[in-house]
Amino acid sequence: MAKPKLMDYDKALELFEPVLGFEVHVELNTQTKMFSDAPNPAAAGNEPHEPNTTITPVDLGLPGSLPVVNEQAIKYSISLGLALGCSIAPSSRFARKNYFYPDLAKNYQISQYDEPIAFDGNVEVELPNGRVFQVEIERAHMEEDAGKLTHVGGATGRIQGAEYSLVDYNRAGVPLVEIVTKMITGAEADAPDLAKAYVSAIRDIVLSLGISEAKMERGNLRCDANISLTPRGSGQLGTRTETKNVNSLRSVERAIRYEIQRQAAILADGGTIIQETRHWHEDTGVTSAGRPKSDADDYRYFPEPDLLPVEPSVELIEELRAALPEAPALRKRRLKEAWGFTDLEFQDVVNSGLLGEVEATTAAGASAQSARKWWTGEIARVANERGVEPSSLVSPLHVSELVAMVEDGELTDRLARQVLEGVMAGEGSPGEVVKSRGLAVVSDDGALIAAIDDALASQPDVLEKIRDGKVQAAGAVIGAVMKAMKGQADAARVRELVLERAAATE
Amino acid sequence: MTDLTRLSAAALSEKLQAGEVSSVEVTRAHLDRIAAVDGDVHAFLHVSSAALDTAQAVDDKRAAGEKLGPLAGVPIAIKDVLCTMDMPSTAGSRMLEGWVPPYDATVVRKLREADLVPLGKTNMDEFAMGSSTEHSAYGPTRNPWDLERIPGGSGGGSAAAVAAFEAPLALGSDTGGSIRQPAAVTGSVGVKPTYGGVSRYGAIALASSLDQVGPVTRTVLDAALLHDVIGGHDPRDSTSLRDEWPSFATAAREGAASKSLAGVRVGVVKELNGDGFQAGVHSRFAESLELMASAGAEIVEVSAPSFEYAINAYYLILPAEASSNLAKFDSVRFGLRVTPESGGTVEDVMAATRAAGFGDEVKRRVILGTYALSAGYYDAYYGSAQKVRTLIQRDFAAAFEQADVLVSPAAPTTAFKLGEKLDDPLAMYLNDITTIPANLAGVPGMGLPMGLAPEDGLPTGIQFMAPAREDVRLYRVGSALEALLEDKWGHTLISRAPDLSLGEEFAAMEGAV
Repeated sequence: MAKPKLMDYDKALELFEPVLGFEVHVELNTQTKMFSDAPNPAAAGNEPHEPNTTITPVDLGLPGSLPVVNEQAIKYSISLGLALGCSIAPSSRFARKNYFYPDLAKNYQISQYDEPIAFDGNVEVELPNGRVFQVEIERAHMEEDAGKLTHVGGATGRIQGAEYSLVDYNRAGVPLVEIVTKMITGAEADAPDLAKAYVSAIRDIVLSLGISEAKMERGNLRCDANISLTPRGSGQLGTRTETKNVNSLRSVERAIRYEIQRQAAILADGGTIIQETRHWHEDTGVTSAGRPKSDADDYRYFPEPDLLPVEPSVELIEELRAALPEAPALRKRRLKEAWGFTDLEFQDVVNSGLLGEVEATTAAGASAQSARKWWTGEIARVANERGVEPSSLVSPLHVSELVAMVEDGELTDRLARQVLEGVMAGEGSPGEVVKSRGLAVVSDDGALIAAIDDALASQPDVLEKIRDGKVQAAGAVIGAVMKAMKGQADAARVRELVLERAAATE
Repeated sequence: MTDLTRLSAAALSEKLQAGEVSSVEVTRAHLDRIAAVDGDVHAFLHVSSAALDTAQAVDDKRAAGEKLGPLAGVPIAIKDVLCTMDMPSTAGSRMLEGWVPPYDATVVRKLREADLVPLGKTNMDEFAMGSSTEHSAYGPTRNPWDLERIPGGSGGGSAAAVAAFEAPLALGSDTGGSIRQPAAVTGSVGVKPTYGGVSRYGAIALASSLDQVGPVTRTVLDAALLHDVIGGHDPRDSTSLRDEWPSFATAAREGAASKSLAGVRVGVVKELNGDGFQAGVHSRFAESLELMASAGAEIVEVSAPSFEYAINAYYLILPAEASSNLAKFDSVRFGLRVTPESGGTVEDVMAATRAAGFGDEVKRRVILGTYALSAGYYDAYYGSAQKVRTLIQRDFAAAFEQADVLVSPAAPTTAFKLGEKLDDPLAMYLNDITTIPANLAGVPGMGLPMGLAPEDGLPTGIQFMAPAREDVRLYRVGSALEALLEDKWGHTLISRAPDLSLGEEFAAMEGAV
């Protein structure tokens, strides 16, 4: 495949206005699947190890099997709809979307078509440059996920050239909510940032609701990005492509940028954009053509006769509305102000996904700056090293305790890192680790003075140097004392004592 | 000793409870009967090898003093559209030849829990598409009254099994008349319950919004006893009703004991008693009306003008739903797989499998339904059909203002000859003209014998319909008419069916000579 021509990004923006649209699929983390009582592999702790193990006759579409709607999935969908500022339909229906594909057990997908559960919403998105953008939501509807195909024998792992394909139906029937935006115009050069910020905002919302694990790398959150280019001054919408397989926030941004540059180059050369799905390749940073897609695709939708309409009571909707957590965008604004962080500091916390941890640590008594420093520093570093979530290593309560010990002078920063290491190794609370490892700062001046005397005995000229104004000469003594105390001394205090001694013996 | 196969399920139940016979004896008698006559009738696609063991287990429970349900130990035949863990479930199609489901249909589970003894699986038109059982991939079933004639369909196997005394009870499924029409042409009783009254879980779907599982028997009381076992809410079927149902057996016993229809308003549906019905069907229907009037019923004529369009709407809605329901038969997960000689893609394998695995009638309806749901045609076809359906429901509502039950012939003619209508789908479809409206509206219907047509000596059937959730009316009124008719005739209709085993015995004697 020849590498496609790309137009310079700024040049592309000069010639064209990008028009965006997103379809974000959220896998709900209900205990069971959308229409069966099989364990839902998208729920934490349910991840299956073997293919085709979390399935029932319903998920396999065996003859005679019937779907039954998961009530928890309905509640989650309503909560999500409300959090997106949508209206909730008093009556919505499932429909069958008919098409043959081996990962689709029944050869139809149960989805919502003309009567979605939620519609007409709005998501506020803040861009890195401070611009606040309102993304209008057309609808959020419920549907079931399909299984997964693995193509074996080809060079690319794709269906072309494969010898055979394996089907794993574990994912078949996982509850999904698909969130569809209205057409987004006016993003201009911010389009890639907007895309990333929008998906990030959706992720924040579902995480705040606790309705999805929202891990993009696992496909809990998937974004299909529609993009077309309108030639400046033409007012004519261009042909759109739909980029799939975008499974990280960074990819969302890169894929949009790439498509703008690719489409611009084609259009500028007098070519035409083919309406198609395109696959994003994380490794090479390009999109490639997938299935041609036209508005005339005929899925022969009709109301699913095996299911009744979904008719949530007004009481249920209001109950769920009352239980909504603070909107993530509002919460961020509130926390940033309360903590007094700089933009950079705050963004660092947000991007590390540690807002909740810092908040909880602060609530437990630590200063916001200390909490931030520990979480985004040492803890994030270790988590990254081990490939785990920072929150799985240590609790906010323990971090808060650690911070307090440092602020009280019981621990130096260096000691505190050792204590943290113990806490992360499961040795108990910071207090317990200090005790068991014997890590408390030596705060007894007598012991320090004795150590200073020892050090001076072998370096008798130091005091004189200090008196001569070469204060840095104290470093040698401090180093020797710290070594003698095995690091369990407060270096600042040692320094004070050495200087006092120099002054006293003048 | 009495021939146990001639007894009703209710009578067998009494003997079993009294300890006069064992379930093993009853089951063996029916297995023997199947062995004797099913070569001719071909009601069964599969005979259970576990039936005698099941019967023995029930006898053991009874001996141990366990409290058993009224039908415990009574054998039953199961239409092959229902999933059974211990027997193949093919729905009459090559597509599912030899397929043994990993689960039981809810109604089958209920049968087992009530200690009935499954005898085997009965023949049917492929995926329940047909009115003669000639569309079975495994060959037709023959009518016990005349082996050259069809037993109705799609549930011809279940109807023939009870009419030929191969089983006292059977389960059927009724999408447009597949229980009631076979009952009419075999002199048996069949009930399509209110939509949602009986679970569809494990019934291989034809048209989800129309399908309903129900009893096939020789008496109204037996149907009621079986309905009591299989009915009720099933959390695995979202369209299943949560109603508490009254005892249908009690209603049937009351109706038969009273033989009175005093105060019952019986509505004769003008549109379901029209031209083109066989003369003997007309005359027997008129006699039944007279008999009911003489027993105190008030006979009123009601009109349901939209019924005229019922068959048109039905042949859009059914194929549309079926085209989607049958999409799962693609060779990937279960059932037949046909790989083209040249190999090919999964799409090629799917296409070859469906080409080889589906019969002509199935293909016809899948194509029809696919077309009806297509973009640009949806509103004109599926959309209009749904509107007709609403009108038919309104007609029923209006008719039930004037009448407690509605009546019509259960089929326009007696059984026709095998092959007679096989090449004329439209003529075949018209067989269900009187039964289809009940499915479109979701109301319950019952077919029961109303006498032999004078011109051909073959059974005719009457259909009762009641408002949704009022199945109990069918049993009360149906059992009263059944008792009145039998008093008038001096015998049951089914007792006049030819004794098929005579042919076998004569053949055996000849062989001996």
